[in-house]
Amino acid sequence: MIGLQHYLTLAAILFSMSIAGIFINRRNLILLLMCIELMLLAVNFNFIAFSRHLGDETGQVFVFFILTVAAAEAAIGLAILVVLFRNRRSINVQELDLLKG
Amino acid sequence: MFLVLAFFESAMLWLLIEAEFLAIVLVLVYVGAVMVLFLFVVMMLDIEVERTEGGYTRYLPLGLVIAGLMVIELMQIIWWRSSADVASGGFVATPDGYSNTEALGAVLYTEHVYAFEIAAVILLLAIVAAITLTMRKRPGLKLQNISEQVAVKAADRLRIVKMDTEDWE
Repeated sequence: MIGLQHYLTLAAILFSMSIAGIFINRRNLILLLMCIELMLLAVNFNFIAFSRHLGDETGQVFVFFILTVAAAEAAIGLAILVVLFRNRRSINVQELDLLKG
Repeated sequence: MFLVLAFFESAMLWLLIEAEFLAIVLVLVYVGAVMVLFLFVVMMLDIEVERTEGGYTRYLPLGLVIAGLMVIELMQIIWWRSSADVASGGFVATPDGYSNTEALGAVLYTEHVYAFEIAAVILLLAIVAAITLTMRKRPGLKLQNISEQVAVKAADRLRIVKMDTEDWE
């Protein structure tokens, strides 16, 4: 019987994988954005699992709003990325030192 | 693109625990819209691959150690320290004729309608921000100059010509 704990375990592994991805990847800004999407997905997993466990739909409403904000964040992030690439010809994270004095 | 695969698998798992509406929304919004957006940007930027590949080894031990620690701690919380309520683990059985979409809509449009409107404003903000960020001035672009249009006078546009009246036989 697959229960709440299995879903929470999967979400935890997913979240840790995206944390590792953010740490390991220091070159590509697109991969950083994808890791953030994956983290939000793990959070959504927890919300839905607990919502079904407790029999309360409010958790799923939360997931709906998280999906909305994640979509908006992806759109704005990619727009910033495109502008950055036009200006710098690079999306290397380590070369983004414009604010360094 | 394994991210698309991950989103598909998540949608299937959500279907399994009877969160059908959100599973379909995940497929439509993420696989349909956000991933296509990512693919467009990847295609549009045409980055030199060999410059962005590699260099993973420098922070690999640190990342793996932190991720492993997080997995161990979360497993401890989920499996050994959890309360009896969580450990019992099952999901609430849904009654016959239960519609997930209907139940979600009933909550969303009554209790959370204010948050729903804010979500709409956030999406509008995303549209405006994305368009203004990526818009650039091109030569030969036809634009209105509002102040010139407002300040125009009749004499600038209209010329009244004096003519002699002609004879009509």
